[in-house]
Amino acid sequence: MTVHGTPAPASAGADHTDLLLPVGFVAVAAVYVRAIFFTPVEAVQGPAQKILYVHATSAFVALYLAFALMAVCSLLYLVLKDEKLDRLAESLAEVGLAFTTVVLITGPLWGKPIWGAWWTWDARLTATLFLWFIILGYLLLRGALEERGMRARYSAVLGMLAALLVPFIHLSVYLFRTMHPMPIVLKPSAPSMSPEMLVTFMSSFLAFTLLFAGLLRARYRYATLRDLLQDREAAR
Amino acid sequence: MPDVALATPPGMLRAAWLVARKDLAIEFRTRTAFFSAMVFALLGLTIFYFAWDATAVAAIDLAPGVLWVIFTFSGLLGLQRSFGIEQADRAMDALLGAPVDREAIYLGKALANIVFVAGVQVVALPAVGLFYNVPLGAVALPLAGLALLAAIGIVAVGTLFSAMAVNTRLAELLLPMLSLPFFLPIVMAAAQTTARLLAGRPASEAWPWLRILLAFDLVFVVACTLAFPFTVEE
Amino acid sequence: MPPEVVSSAPPSTSVVEAEGLVRAFGARRAVDGVSFSLAAGECLALFGPNGAGKTTLLRMLAGLLAPSAGRCLVAGVALRDGARARGLVGLVSHASMLYGALSGRENVEFAARMYGLPGPAAAATRALSAMRVLDRADAPVRSLSRGLQQRVSIARAIVHEPTLLLCDEPYTGLDEVGSAALTSALGERRAAGAALLLVTHNLGEGLALATHAAIMQRGRFARFERRGDVDQSLYTSQYRELVAADA
Repeated sequence: MTVHGTPAPASAGADHTDLLLPVGFVAVAAVYVRAIFFTPVEAVQGPAQKILYVHATSAFVALYLAFALMAVCSLLYLVLKDEKLDRLAESLAEVGLAFTTVVLITGPLWGKPIWGAWWTWDARLTATLFLWFIILGYLLLRGALEERGMRARYSAVLGMLAALLVPFIHLSVYLFRTMHPMPIVLKPSAPSMSPEMLVTFMSSFLAFTLLFAGLLRARYRYATLRDLLQDREAAR
Repeated sequence: MPDVALATPPGMLRAAWLVARKDLAIEFRTRTAFFSAMVFALLGLTIFYFAWDATAVAAIDLAPGVLWVIFTFSGLLGLQRSFGIEQADRAMDALLGAPVDREAIYLGKALANIVFVAGVQVVALPAVGLFYNVPLGAVALPLAGLALLAAIGIVAVGTLFSAMAVNTRLAELLLPMLSLPFFLPIVMAAAQTTARLLAGRPASEAWPWLRILLAFDLVFVVACTLAFPFTVEE
Repeated sequence: MPPEVVSSAPPSTSVVEAEGLVRAFGARRAVDGVSFSLAAGECLALFGPNGAGKTTLLRMLAGLLAPSAGRCLVAGVALRDGARARGLVGLVSHASMLYGALSGRENVEFAARMYGLPGPAAAATRALSAMRVLDRADAPVRSLSRGLQQRVSIARAIVHEPTLLLCDEPYTGLDEVGSAALTSALGERRAAGAALLLVTHNLGEGLALATHAAIMQRGRFARFERRGDVDQSLYTSQYRELVAADA
């Protein structure tokens, strides 16, 4: 029996190994070896500063790659109704959630020695936390829907609205802070980085972007295969 | 031939009004949701009072936050029911089959929800004044305006999510999960403005917050109205 | 997506014209290329096993589901063109589509208003009395028996005098009075120039009213013929064979 409208199996070949993901992992590991052993310790913040090589880069990947793309995919899905966009949005959400979780764990780890508290209601941290909640809700919503078309439409609507919400959260938390003097914490202004640090930082961005791309491609392939399998079962 | 020619399908606003009136008629007939929301609000107010040390935190500092948290949660109860009544015997199919735009259905549902939320608020607001010994009388009018602005934002987002949640396996759980992050800017803006109103500060101090609230209402009323057809068709 | 050629199409004499309707859910095609047309006063009896796609077809014709491919015209208006075409269709489905807290009259009147009828109260009374349920019209629908609810539900579906009436097992739950009222209401609609699509599992019941008969199977019309070309007992045994072969 012929199957109509199914994703092309060629792009989802299960037999060919994807090198992107292992390359990403190796790159991240290499950057870490460099960050820990071959990059000088920052004078003011001490060893804690090394966390920023993970924290800032994960934040960059999560916020500016994963979620920005997810919002774009959601919006495009509502216009084009292409299932690939839905699968991409789904994959971006899950990979983005992983990176956001890293941001939320490393943030307090860095904050404790530097700010003196595990958690502060800093505007960026709060916005990230709420983004994390929204993405959890997004994935829950997906899990609670059986029919694929409906799941795609609903999650695209939520993805689009979430993109509209983030600036509001950021704005109000920022306003909240500026109007309420918070307990004074040591908040060092960004120190000028030594050339070694800068190189480590830049290669960390690159490594995390590679890892992100690898994870995304793996997750996307999973989504494609899952839908393909579902289609075959339905068409039987 | 049938005299369909004589029938002119209602326009957007007329259809929205018809839907809202129908929802309110059902609510008025059963009243269960309204009373539960009201009792919930009163219960919440009293419990919150005992969650703080009254000697350490002045009631007037507590009141704004409590008020808007309760406002939000009791609003959720009304939103929960909004599309539940359409789901029971699939009355939603009849609504969607009618010759009116989907946006009109959304606006009608939202209008009924605003009335519902406002109704609960009419009871909850004086109760805050009474239980927390806060002189609300002097700021009643600006507070009512603020409540309306907050209700518009809450209902705009909540009505859309109610339409989505009702079709999922998690129904009741999902609505708060999806809605609450969206309510954060509303609760913050409303609580901050209320605190300034109660402290007798000049209105200009609350203006940055009101601006956020107004922008939120505008953005999400438009976005949710446009998004609603995607949640019901195909 | 097929091109919409509504404006350049010749004026249609059919009340309903479906062309290559397809509705896919993922890769599963619930309706897989259905075409037919009905003229004023005609009635198509649609038979088929569970899961054959009958309900999906009906929901597409009612404008509740968008077709994945193909198109459907009601009185020459494409259903996709939105609100106006939906106003020409009436639907009786498995669910009552009523609000239990409201009375039958309120339910039907609400529908009449949503269709923009000039005299909603009078129209509601007419429809309810046609279904012989006027005496219980002021009780909350929730308090009515299943059969009476069905009568109110039918009254709701015919209050705007639809040009295309879609009925999914409309006789289910109706007593003799209700069935007679339904039959005469259907006859009245057809005499007024409406087309009727009747989904039923009762072949005798369907063939008694129909001008056309169709058997739906796996999303397609396995058979489609004029009622006059059909011998009921032969048709019944052939239908059973077809369904048995499917299972």
